[in-house]
Amino acid sequence: MGILLSSSDIDRAIKRISHEIVEHNQGVGNLVLMGIPTRGAYLAERISKFITEIEGPISTGVLDITLHRDDLRLRPPKPLLPTKIPSGGIEGKDLVLVDDVLFSGRTIRAALDAIGEIGRPRTVQLAVLVDRGHRELPIRADYVGKNIPTAKSENVKVHLAEYDGEDLVELIK
Amino acid sequence: MITGHLLSAADLSKDEALNLLATAKELAAITDGPNKKLPTLRGKTVVNLFFEDSTRTRISFETAAKRLSADVINFSAKGSSVSKGESLKDTAQTLQAMGADAVVIRHGSSGAAKRLADTQWIQAAVINAGDGTHEHPTQALLDAFTIKQHLRAKESDLSGVKVLIVGDILHSRVARSNILLLSKLGAEIVLVAPPTLLPVGIDKWPVKISYDLDSEIGECDVVMMLRIQLERMADSFFPTEREYSRRYGLNSARLAKLKKNSIVMHPGPMNRGLEISADSADDLKSVIVDQVKNGVAVRMAILYELLGGAPIGDSK
Repeated sequence: MGILLSSSDIDRAIKRISHEIVEHNQGVGNLVLMGIPTRGAYLAERISKFITEIEGPISTGVLDITLHRDDLRLRPPKPLLPTKIPSGGIEGKDLVLVDDVLFSGRTIRAALDAIGEIGRPRTVQLAVLVDRGHRELPIRADYVGKNIPTAKSENVKVHLAEYDGEDLVELIK
Repeated sequence: MITGHLLSAADLSKDEALNLLATAKELAAITDGPNKKLPTLRGKTVVNLFFEDSTRTRISFETAAKRLSADVINFSAKGSSVSKGESLKDTAQTLQAMGADAVVIRHGSSGAAKRLADTQWIQAAVINAGDGTHEHPTQALLDAFTIKQHLRAKESDLSGVKVLIVGDILHSRVARSNILLLSKLGAEIVLVAPPTLLPVGIDKWPVKISYDLDSEIGECDVVMMLRIQLERMADSFFPTEREYSRRYGLNSARLAKLKKNSIVMHPGPMNRGLEISADSADDLKSVIVDQVKNGVAVRMAILYELLGGAPIGDSK
């Protein structure tokens, strides 16, 4: 078990991602954020707060993807988590999806389907705190907190203060 | 999460019921959006096995299954081989051979759903959509959802809600399931009915009994009117319909006595002019149409929980 990112590393990564999002989209005018529960939603909240400080208010939501998972049939069903559509909707917006760890890419595929249920954004971008590789689908992140090469047998665990009581990213072998 | 079958409101724990209501709330929000269809149950088959007539429940289950992309087969006893004398067992085995994943059964005999679930006739998940005068658990769940939506949207359960259930308790599967579920969720229940329409042993239920609607109606948060089931009224349980209506029917005079935020419910179909007057049914306090709407979301949640994933213990 090794610590990959400390609390201040996470903080710096979130700030850098926030700046990159604003820079890449030339402001926040047409931007919305949507976090994927559980921890992606908290990360989206933090990015939203920081972007609001540096640039101006940004509309933020939560996107539950349970019903769109392609491994639904391989596991017991999970309770649904709340979906919160950003105020003003997502139609024609530049939408940034936020998640904690990018791994197989299947969560993001499900998220793209879930977005299609709500509306049609102009663009969809992806921000993740950790990219650990091993993609099973042609999906990549636009904004990455840290690239961490891992073995497939290992597990990357993100802890966030809002949910787990502390900020930490660790590698579990 | 519920697993296996849904046969009785008594089988649900408080947490399972509240979880199901939370899931239904999310599904309701999704199906209010522009795209009502979800891919979740693609490739699953749901059979509506209806031995008794029904409008609401059957259409509601059909809509729920279709919104989750399941295939729906509607079976009603009329126009099937049941009218030629085919037994429940043979019908069930036919459905099994056709690969049904869930069977929604409505039957005139109490215990029919449990019979189907307990035997090896069929492997599908069995959902009780009303069995005789026994239970109707999905109606109780949608009623709980509707009460929560209107009166306890922010709270965790239904604590402190006073529910008046008025009418034919004796024959009502809706009342039985509602009493079991709502009392489990913390609601206080008062039954109002003529003594002839109360079942034997009612003193052991977690309810208060009253014979006087007028003295109770001003105190309650929810008044749930039950249908007078004219098809089960062969014995004379009350002298005339008019007398029943005058003593136990909801009319505008009684409606005026309700508290400001109280709501009026009815499981349908209504006998307008008998247990509920037309103007009460269409009043602003009436949430009868909401009940029907919420029925779809609640049934989607039930189908999702019973069919959505692999069986527990089968996960990778």
